[in-house]
Amino acid sequence: MNLTYTPEQQAFRAEVRTWLEAHVPKAPLEHYDATREGFEAHRQWEATLKSGDWGMVTWPKEYGGRGLDLIQWLIFEEEYYRAGAPGRVNQNGIFLLGPTLMEFGTHEQKQRFLPPMASGEEIWAQAWSEPQAGSDLAGVRATALREGDEYVLNGHKIWSSRAAFADWAFGLFREPGSERHKGMSLIFFRLDQEGVTRNPIRKINGHVGFAEIFLDNVRVPAFNRLGDEGQGWHICMATAGFERGLMLRSPARFQEAAAALAALWQSRKGTCDPALEADVVRAHMNAEAYALNIYQTASRLMAGAKIGPEASTNKIFWSEMDIHLHETALAILGAEAELLPPTGEHEWLDDYIFSLAGPIYAGSNEIQRNIIAERMLGLPR
Amino acid sequence: MDFTLNDEQLMFAETARTLLGDTCTPDHWHKMMEQGAGFDAARWAQIVENGFTLLLLPEAAGGMGLTELDLALIAIEAGYVALPEPLAESAGVGAPLLASLAPDHPVLADPAAIIAVAPAINPVVANADVAAAILIEKDGRAYLVTPDQVTLTPAETIDPFRRLFRIEWDASKAEDLGPADWTLALDRASLFAAAQGLGLAQRAVDLAVAYAKDRMQFGKPIGSYQAVKHHLASAQTAIEFARPVVLAAAAEIGHADVHSRARVSEAKIVALEAAEKAARASIQVHGAMGYSWEVDVHLFLKRALALKAAWGTPAFHRSRIATRIFTQPLGADQTFARENEHA
Repeated sequence: MNLTYTPEQQAFRAEVRTWLEAHVPKAPLEHYDATREGFEAHRQWEATLKSGDWGMVTWPKEYGGRGLDLIQWLIFEEEYYRAGAPGRVNQNGIFLLGPTLMEFGTHEQKQRFLPPMASGEEIWAQAWSEPQAGSDLAGVRATALREGDEYVLNGHKIWSSRAAFADWAFGLFREPGSERHKGMSLIFFRLDQEGVTRNPIRKINGHVGFAEIFLDNVRVPAFNRLGDEGQGWHICMATAGFERGLMLRSPARFQEAAAALAALWQSRKGTCDPALEADVVRAHMNAEAYALNIYQTASRLMAGAKIGPEASTNKIFWSEMDIHLHETALAILGAEAELLPPTGEHEWLDDYIFSLAGPIYAGSNEIQRNIIAERMLGLPR
Repeated sequence: MDFTLNDEQLMFAETARTLLGDTCTPDHWHKMMEQGAGFDAARWAQIVENGFTLLLLPEAAGGMGLTELDLALIAIEAGYVALPEPLAESAGVGAPLLASLAPDHPVLADPAAIIAVAPAINPVVANADVAAAILIEKDGRAYLVTPDQVTLTPAETIDPFRRLFRIEWDASKAEDLGPADWTLALDRASLFAAAQGLGLAQRAVDLAVAYAKDRMQFGKPIGSYQAVKHHLASAQTAIEFARPVVLAAAAEIGHADVHSRARVSEAKIVALEAAEKAARASIQVHGAMGYSWEVDVHLFLKRALALKAAWGTPAFHRSRIATRIFTQPLGADQTFARENEHA
C-alpha cells in the first residue's frame, strides 16, 4: 500500500488542471434536462472535451480514449469537479454502456459505437424499466423478434433518463414467449427512428429528466445486439455493477459538495444551531470514506479483481450520504432553505431534491440490501 | 498510488486469523468467564511465539520493524475473536512508546512482557496488574512504574474480558523517561481500537447470519425475510466503508500531521460505529436469544462500547477532524493531502 501519487500522476493532474482552467465555461450551462438548448450546450461541451482528448480517459486510444488507468481516471474526475465543469450529459453512455461494450462488444461494435460516444456525437439513454418491471427487472415484456438480420422491437419503456433529447437507447428486450431471466437480449435503437415515440416526463424539480418510450415495430440490425442472444440479463447485471460499483457517482462530486457545505457553515455558523457542526464534519467524513473505498476498488481492479456484489454497498452509501449532506445544508440555511437561489449560486435545494432520487434509481436501495444479504452474506432468498 | 495489501501482509493476517481462531473460540470465552479470568497465559505465549508482540518494535530494539498497517491487520483478527489479551495496547502502543524513549530498557528484552499505558485521557489503566511496566502520562512526560510501585484498584467493567484499574502513584518514585510523543501513542491506540472494531463488527454480522439461516419461523429461515436481511445489509455496508478508512489511517499514521491525525480519528469513529451498529443488529436478529448471556453477541457489543470511548470519545475525535476541515484546504484533490505540501 502506498497512498502517495507518483510524479507522473502529479504531472497528469497538473495537465488536466491547466486544460480545464482554460476551457471550462465561465458561466454555468443551462441544465441538460431542462431544455433542448441546455442539452445541446452540454453536447457542445462534450465536443470541446473531445478536442482535448478528455472524452473518456480510460478507454483505449483506438476507441476514442487515452488508454489511462483507473487511478488517472480518479485524478481526472477530481480535477473535473474541482473545476466546476459541466455535468456529463452522456453519462449513461460513457459510464454504463461504454464499460459494458468494452467487456461484451465485438471489435466492430466497439469501433462503431465507442468513438461517437466519447465525443458526445451520440448521446445515450438507458431503456430497461417498464411500467410493470421496475425493481423486478426480470419482468420486462418488451419483445425483440428476430427476422433475418434484423430485430423487430415492440413494447413500452419508462423512466429513461436523458431519453427526451438523447440520440440512442440501450434497451432490454425478450424473445417472444420467453420467461424471466431467460431469452433476454440487450439491443440498441435510435430514439428518432420510425416507430419510436418518446413522451417526456417531468421530475419533481420540474425538469423533463426522463421519458417513456413506445416501440411499435421498430426494426434494427442484429448488429445492434450486445453479446449473445439470450445473454441480456447477464450483461445487464455487469452494467449495473459498473453503475453501482465505480463509475456513476464519482467521489469527487461528494468531496466538492462537502467542501461547499463546510464553507456554507463557516459563513453562517453565527446564526445556526451549533450542533450542526457535527453534521458538517460527518459530511466530510462520509465523502472521504467513499473516496477511500473507491481508491481501494480501483486498485483492486487494476490488480485483476472484478466488481462483485459489494458494489451494492456503494450505491447505498453514496445515496444516503448525499441526502444527509443536503439535509444539513438546508438546516444551515434555515428559513431561507425554501428560497430558490440567485443564478450562479449553489443550488442546495435543487441538489437536495435530486438526492432523494438516489435511493431509487440504479436499483432501489431495498433491492441493493437484498443483493448484499443474499450474495455477500449468503442469506436464503 | 496503490491501495492493495502485499502478500506478506496477507500472510501475516492469515497466520493471526488461524492462531486466534483456534485458541480463542466460544468455548475458551465460556471457560474464562466461568473462572472470572481476563487473561490466558497459554494463548499469550502462543501470540508471543508467533512474533506478534515484536512486529512494531524497531529492529534496534530487537523487533521486526514492521508498520502500523501490518499490526492493524492482526488487530482486526483480534477483534474478530474479542481477544482478551492486550496485544493491541501492549505491542501496538506501550512497546513502541517505550522503545522511542529508552530503546535499551530491559523490559523490551522480553517479548512476552506486557507494557501497560496510562494516558491522561483515560480514567483507568487496562492490564496494569499483569504488566511488566506501566507507562504513565504526566505533563507531556512519560513515567515508568512497575505494578508493585503503585496502588492498583480494580475498576469493574461490563466487558468480562477487560481488566481495568485505577492507579495511585508517586512521580518521585517513578522512572522519568522524559518528554514523550503522547499524540502518537493516542493515534496508535485509536487506530488499533478501530481495527479491532472492524473485526468485532464482522463477527457480530457473521454470528447473526449463521443464526438467521438456522432459525425457522412461519416455516422459513428468518434470514429469508427482508426485514432481517436489511438489518444485516446495513451493518455490512458500514463495515465496507469503515475498512478503507482504517487501512488508510494505518498507512498514513507516520506522517504525524493534521491530516493523518484526522484520518485516525475518522477511522476510530466509523469503525466503532460499525461495530456498535453490527452488534445491535445482531442482538435484534437473535431476538430474545440475543438478549441472553448464552449467546455470545453481547461480548461484541460490550467491547465496541468500551473501545468507542477509550482513547478519546467520539466528540474528542470529531474535534480533531474539525481542525483538519477548518484549517486546511478542502476538496476533491485533497484526499491524500499533507500539511507540508500543497497539490
